[in-house]
Amino acid sequence: MIRRVLVANRGEIARRVFATCGQMGIATVAVYSDADEASPHAREADYAVRLPGNAPSETYLRGDLILDAARRTGADAVHPGYGFLAENAEFAAAVLDAGLTWVGPPPKAIAAMGSKLEAKALLAEAGVPILPSWTEPNDVSEFPVLVKASAGGGGRGMRIVRAKRKLAEAMAIAGREAAAAFGDAAVFCERYIPNGRHVEVQIFGDTHGTVVALGERECSIQRRHQKILEESPSPAVDDELRTALCEAAVSAARAVGYVGAGTVEFLLDPDGAGRDQRDNSAGGDQRYNFAGGDQRCNFYFLEMNTRLQVEHPVTECVLGLDLVRLQLLVAEGRPLPFTQTPPMRGHAIEVRLYAEDPANGWRPATGTLHRFAILGEENAFAPLSHAGVRVDSGVADGSVVSVHYDPMLAKVIAWGWTREEAARSLESALTRATIHGVVTNRDLLVRVLRTPEFGEGGTDTAFLDRHPEVFPPLLTSREDQALAALAAALTGAAARRRTAAWGGLPAGWRNVASMPQIAVFDTPWGRTEVRYQLHRDGRLARWSAHIDDELTVDVAVVRLSPDEVVFDGAGVRRTFRVHTEDGVSYVDFLDGSVALVEVPRFTLPVAELPAGSLVAPMPGAVGRLAVTVGQEVAAGDLLLTLEAMKLEHTVHAPASGVVTELYVEPGRQVEAGDVLAVVDSRSHDQ
Amino acid sequence: MPVLASALDPRSAAYAENRAAMLERLGELEAAVTKAREGGGEKYTNRHHARGKLLARERIELLVDRDAPFLELMPVAAYGSDFPVGAGIVTGIGIVAGGPCMIIANDPTVRGGAVNPYTLKKTQRAGDIALANRLPMVNLVESGGADLPTQADIFIPGGRVFRDLTRFSAARIPTVAVVFGNATAGGAYVPGMSDYTIFVEGQAKVFLAGPPLVKMATGEEADDETLGGATMHATRSGLADFVAADERDAIRLARDVIRRVDGASTAGAVPPDPDAPAPRFDADDLLGVASADLRVPYDPREVLARILDGSEFDEFKPLYGTALVTGWARLHGHPIGVLANARGILFSEEAQKATQFIQLANAASVPLLFLQNTTGYMVGARYEQAGIIKHGALMINAVSNSRVPHLTVNIGASYGAGNYGMCGRAYEPRFLFAWPNAKSAVMGPQQLAGVMSIVSRQAAQAKGQPYDEEGDASMRAMVELQIEQQSAALAMSGRLYDDGVIDPRDTRTVLGLCLWLASRKAPAHAADPAFGVFRM
Repeated sequence: MIRRVLVANRGEIARRVFATCGQMGIATVAVYSDADEASPHAREADYAVRLPGNAPSETYLRGDLILDAARRTGADAVHPGYGFLAENAEFAAAVLDAGLTWVGPPPKAIAAMGSKLEAKALLAEAGVPILPSWTEPNDVSEFPVLVKASAGGGGRGMRIVRAKRKLAEAMAIAGREAAAAFGDAAVFCERYIPNGRHVEVQIFGDTHGTVVALGERECSIQRRHQKILEESPSPAVDDELRTALCEAAVSAARAVGYVGAGTVEFLLDPDGAGRDQRDNSAGGDQRYNFAGGDQRCNFYFLEMNTRLQVEHPVTECVLGLDLVRLQLLVAEGRPLPFTQTPPMRGHAIEVRLYAEDPANGWRPATGTLHRFAILGEENAFAPLSHAGVRVDSGVADGSVVSVHYDPMLAKVIAWGWTREEAARSLESALTRATIHGVVTNRDLLVRVLRTPEFGEGGTDTAFLDRHPEVFPPLLTSREDQALAALAAALTGAAARRRTAAWGGLPAGWRNVASMPQIAVFDTPWGRTEVRYQLHRDGRLARWSAHIDDELTVDVAVVRLSPDEVVFDGAGVRRTFRVHTEDGVSYVDFLDGSVALVEVPRFTLPVAELPAGSLVAPMPGAVGRLAVTVGQEVAAGDLLLTLEAMKLEHTVHAPASGVVTELYVEPGRQVEAGDVLAVVDSRSHDQ
Repeated sequence: MPVLASALDPRSAAYAENRAAMLERLGELEAAVTKAREGGGEKYTNRHHARGKLLARERIELLVDRDAPFLELMPVAAYGSDFPVGAGIVTGIGIVAGGPCMIIANDPTVRGGAVNPYTLKKTQRAGDIALANRLPMVNLVESGGADLPTQADIFIPGGRVFRDLTRFSAARIPTVAVVFGNATAGGAYVPGMSDYTIFVEGQAKVFLAGPPLVKMATGEEADDETLGGATMHATRSGLADFVAADERDAIRLARDVIRRVDGASTAGAVPPDPDAPAPRFDADDLLGVASADLRVPYDPREVLARILDGSEFDEFKPLYGTALVTGWARLHGHPIGVLANARGILFSEEAQKATQFIQLANAASVPLLFLQNTTGYMVGARYEQAGIIKHGALMINAVSNSRVPHLTVNIGASYGAGNYGMCGRAYEPRFLFAWPNAKSAVMGPQQLAGVMSIVSRQAAQAKGQPYDEEGDASMRAMVELQIEQQSAALAMSGRLYDDGVIDPRDTRTVLGLCLWLASRKAPAHAADPAFGVFRM
């Protein structure tokens, strides 16, 4: 019997496992890197062991240190979460060799599924349909193809290639990324189906020979091949297709003697393109109806994930099961409490809230999360017992989002009796969330939930390419932008008022009417100047916002405090909440949220950057230098690469010229805005 | 404390008449202030902006703390004279880096910021206020120097400005000069005598003589920068302590200086209490309180009920000398003693009551507020025989030698010796403001014209000549009009006999600010006589 579990992971998944352990009376052990010292997962465990350093290779990927931590804390089981060592067969074996319980599938099953290439071959033999794939660039006979890493998951390293001449370079880059992320540079190409749907089946096996499929999840809405929205059941799957998918998934699991929680991923090909051009793809030629439609489709095995998935909560909500509890029971050698799929109830949708800027190439965002509050946090880490919202988060007020780990802040899951109800409560929870300090994809998620196509269930992997309208922030109305800026200006004034040297005198008072008070903000929509004048009793007399043009909205201030202002516009009252931290005002109201950076009235004179300076677009580590000082470069030439979040970002010459300065070397950690190099284009002109 | 009641009826005809008259006066005030605000007019304003420079008021707004109150002083100086309204400078009390300061800014759009006799008088009054209230002085300098046609009225008395600056320094009241442009000849001594100087690079021109005069005097050819540029003064002469990159940067530096030094200039100042209860009656009704006809006295308790904390007023000797209301109260948390005329005339009882009350305020070290609405001390045989001069003298004696801060607001009439007894300008209140309806004169216009008529008639009779009744009537009308105009609040303010005409609704705020300033006391280290800091 398990009495003390060490979770070899961090963030929300560590907390998720701890929550179930707490309910089951199992003691918990956390491991934490230096950057995570103050993080909730490290605080909440009964024991916590430091893993010195920050890079995953120094910390959460160090199986030896983790086993040592288990020994020192008396843990008798190890739960790997997802990512890091979750699909590392050697680590699983080492855990078992140390006499501990491994809360996961047998190492052999992990190894069998660890290579996507080998897994595909294995599944083809078992009669599961697969897509054609190639390992040599020269063998590829059709385009587009998807370049994939054989190891690992999470979409890392994946690239679509549409022409042969680009293939070799894409495979080389993918190989480097894969090597960095998973320690395995093997990559391959697979037929790319542009508007396929990603549907996966949760399976569970026990040591008594039972393997059960626990329904499907649709995860088609992806960015850069990483899921951002998952739901169960899939709107594309009817009972017939579900049965076929589940049968295929169970046979895949049986093929490797699977035990524990796993996920078999499939691609639904809506128009059968993948099938018609098939050459070496295996499987039957049965076609299935999309749910509720008469379009025909095929499905193909993609890969099997031998771990608990990020998106497991949607399955938990529709089945009313605690999958972590099942994992622990199975690890203890107990039989599953069911031998058939329990009935599904209602509909669950999960979104992944990331610290990233979708409108800016999904650039990862870092910083201090000053405030983080979402309605539903009280329902964390457990299947919902009533319709509503659940929030599994790895962060809390004050958490620092660093460059070291995946930028996912939380998963927000809504469960309702219908898909529409779930979508509505999810949209509402996201809209009303308070997220201050770090840019997130929240607005994009809300906009996705609001698209009619999502409402109709029309999701596929090309959804975001087809919907550029989901990328702008929610706050696009000029009037609301002006009001948000006014709210920041007035609450700022109210805050200053509270500590004002002039005590009880009215703010902004003038016996001779003079110039307005001015507050200037840098905003997502550009520089905004708010001018306001107060009455002799301190009430708002006049105001205007200057964005592109002068703009004002006829509003009265009903209530004003440093945290909140209530405007009355044409008899309608609206509340704007404002929180200011380090000169940034975070304004939240029902129609949007925005961070306004106040431009200080005075700045110290500073030396300007030399012309041609290139600054780091994001925090990260310098990868390769492609040039040397003194080298002539043409516009667009690669200068150097930056590695952040396991992705390689390139920095190119903005114009032709000579590299006059290189301030960095490979491996150097840089902050956003640091000067990397100077390209002098004048010297080139001469 | 007892709470004042109000008998004011906003629906009454009197109220409507009073309010209409007050709004008309406020309109005149706004028109005068607008002239001052417009400075040298659109053309010069645009030219100034085109040079990338800030206006005097823009410089002030940038200097003072965000959302802080600013009390502009003497905005209509030179009103009714041949000089531009405002007299080419903007001055007032602003909060800089948390501390109140006296700010004086030349308006270079008004005849190049030239100093005329009104400019000088306004500057000197600002200096008096700063010294009395220990306010750091910030000069925002850009002036072409003396208005040469009036140099005779400026040159000799003008020396006091520089003397005052160093006496501030000696009194340990910091002085800062920020030079945005010309500060030449005599003007060069403003930075010269200041504790701290900040020169704007490429703009400041500080020299005794510019290139043409130097050429005339010695034949030397030199340009502006060589003679008096910011960099030259910062690197060579040592006259500039800081060089600012631009105007905004200069203001940043000035704020930094004040932030460092203000704490040492005062001890124990008490800011307005944020928790002080507001008056129970609406300040807006102050517009309908003051009688449209000055000959109709009104109850000052209606004013007090709208400016005192919680409208609470502890009246002293309410049954004695009832034409003068005296009592204790708080205003923005500051304890004050109030003397307010109730029915115009001061009799012996009122004079004695005031004398006692002023002594009590001194005994308790409580500042005094004088609300003037007096036609003077009572005349007539009975009163002369009862010693009205002697009793008036008692009161004037007490006012003259009282050591607590005095604040005076003329809320109606201020005639005759009543002006003296009620702490008129000559009695050096810390601040003196007037409502737009107020009048100040030796006596009322009708009385004055009537006296002149009687004297003329007596002279004609003595010479046995017939009296020209028609001429008398037109003389009386003319004199009445002239006195009426001269005694009006705007005219008095134009002559700088007060610190500004204020909207009655601003009275509480103005007084609250002034009480805070008046609570600034010299710290121990300022007690020793000293020289001003010598610039090296």
